[in-house]
Amino acid sequence: MNGKRIMAAALAAALLAGTTAAANAQSDIKIGVLLPYSGVFGGLGKDQDAAIEMGFDDFGREVADRGITLVKADTESKPNAGLAAVKKLILRDKVDLVVGIISSGVLAAVRDYVHGSETPLIVTNAGNVDITGERCSPWIVRTSFSNAQIVRDMGPWMAGEGYGTAFLMAFDYAAGHQMMDTFREGFEASGGRIVGEAYPPLGETKDFGPYLAQVKAADPDTVFVFFAGGPAIKFAKEWAAFGMKDEVQLSGAGWLNSALYVKKQGADAVGTLGALNYYPSIDTPENHAWQEKFRAAHGRDGSEFGVAAYDSARLIVSALEATGGNTDDKAAIVKAMHAVEFTGPRGPLRIDPMTNNVIQNIYVAQVEARGDSVAAAIRHTFPAVQDPPNGCTL
Amino acid sequence: MLLDPGFLIVQTLNGLQLSMLLFLLSIGLSVVFGMMNFINLAHGTLYMVGAYLALSSVRWFDSYWVALVLAPLGVALIGAVFYAVLLRHMQRQSPMRQVLVTFGLIFVGFDAVRMVWGALPHTIPIPAALDGSVTVFGEIYPTYRLFIIALGVTVLIALHFGLERTRLGAVVRAGVDDRRMVAALGIDVERAFFLVFCLGCWLAGLAGVVSAPVFSIFPGMDMSILILTLIVVVVGGPGSLKGAVVGSFVIGMVDTYGQVLAPELARVTIYALMAAVLLVRPQGLFPVSQAH
Repeated sequence: MNGKRIMAAALAAALLAGTTAAANAQSDIKIGVLLPYSGVFGGLGKDQDAAIEMGFDDFGREVADRGITLVKADTESKPNAGLAAVKKLILRDKVDLVVGIISSGVLAAVRDYVHGSETPLIVTNAGNVDITGERCSPWIVRTSFSNAQIVRDMGPWMAGEGYGTAFLMAFDYAAGHQMMDTFREGFEASGGRIVGEAYPPLGETKDFGPYLAQVKAADPDTVFVFFAGGPAIKFAKEWAAFGMKDEVQLSGAGWLNSALYVKKQGADAVGTLGALNYYPSIDTPENHAWQEKFRAAHGRDGSEFGVAAYDSARLIVSALEATGGNTDDKAAIVKAMHAVEFTGPRGPLRIDPMTNNVIQNIYVAQVEARGDSVAAAIRHTFPAVQDPPNGCTL
Repeated sequence: MLLDPGFLIVQTLNGLQLSMLLFLLSIGLSVVFGMMNFINLAHGTLYMVGAYLALSSVRWFDSYWVALVLAPLGVALIGAVFYAVLLRHMQRQSPMRQVLVTFGLIFVGFDAVRMVWGALPHTIPIPAALDGSVTVFGEIYPTYRLFIIALGVTVLIALHFGLERTRLGAVVRAGVDDRRMVAALGIDVERAFFLVFCLGCWLAGLAGVVSAPVFSIFPGMDMSILILTLIVVVVGGPGSLKGAVVGSFVIGMVDTYGQVLAPELARVTIYALMAAVLLVRPQGLFPVSQAH
């Protein structure tokens, strides 16, 4: 009787285990890709989409006999549309993980919902410091950067290079102020002096002329800016046209001369200093291999946007391999991510268990002419830059 | 900063450049309003369409100069069609209806532009002949911006002579003063008004083309400039060339200097100025005496 019972229990357990194993083997792991395929950031969204696909091609579309299915959703570059898209991914498509998000605005809008739903979210761009600081979540991991991380060491470095006075300029919004405040802190602590600041309204005035006149009057050693995309292309052009190029050293967060458009800026960009987590000219075998592959597939240089997306795919596949393809225990997936360490195109990186932000090298580069084209050459490397917890208690 | 001659020269040129753009936009709006008491809020939309038509012309013909000719003509044509189909019937209606209909056209224009050209911002390159910089009073300044100033001054002089020396100019001036009297003299005011309206549209299109290489082209680029243009008309006084010139100059300078000298008040300075002008001279700085 007793023996029979034990046998029955064992059989039941075996059957149960069998069915779960079978279910695991059958059902794919679903990963939601949440990117802007339209709207202001449509171009960046497509860049990251291509790199994510490339990442899963390289690191595997199958983990422990479970296939990986990507379910894509368009944020339209808008916070409300982004929130609707993430709800659709989690509620209707029942994805196991979400990866993506370009805009800090979209990230801020989906943060509470993702946090409440306990779905791991791998952020591939949006750099708002609060998301891995005061408003950090055990479910939100960032592989790209935080705004502060990019520029923190740049202030002391510029002061050390002999630039005594600086003028700050960025659009009047959260990311602009976060970068400028962080730069100022480091620059002043190292003896530098801020002689002026300008924060043009975001998206309204696109004419930099009046602000360049202001810079001219302030006569600083360097101007430190944060502009990206269309405004960055325009800023570099105006900077040269107003004759500032030969008078003042232009510097900034490296998106000013992103690999996506530095060739378009051409001679106007030569000489500009920038700090960023990735430049195509990083001289490592990992980067050469990646760039070669990206160029072969897309006919242009891979950018920092592509690298963050590509590394995200690698992080996800590595973590899923560590959990044996099990996606039921979401906390275990995030925990596995903390243990993943690898050297990607941008150098060694890992996820900080204190904040869930990436720990990575930050590079200082200067744009120089190469033949009839231009490229950013690395001048200095800050190794393994880690954000302080900033009020995050994970 | 104000004592720095370099700053003053560059900033004054920046201010002049914005003033000239505002002049191209406000003169059409102002004269039409002066003649017919008709306010066309979709004027900014015509400016935006001008910029987008320039974008397409540059893509098709690969020449800025072709765009400079074609795009304003295209805008004038669109204006003429709108006038014939819609606005002609609105003239004798109440101002509130005119405002609502032309306000609605802003949204129609916004979505139409988005459907045709997409939501992404665009720019067109500065023509090779005007790319680069020249030295003005010892300061380096972009050539293209000087071209905008020169173009504005040329249009101003041409309009001045057109208004003072041509028959149409005389009809327009008389029409602004007393429309009924002109009509009673057997002159077709309607036709003069139509021509002036089309010319206003052409100028708005021209402003769109010349600003395209300096500003980004995107759906909604019309709104910020429309507000400035309306303020120019209010400050200068509707219906007069002089009012549009002085209004554009004052608003262009105050906006350019204001956003740098008092950045925290950037959005307030021009409104404050308009309020002050309205308090002291409710008819604007250079009103046309109206005999209605």
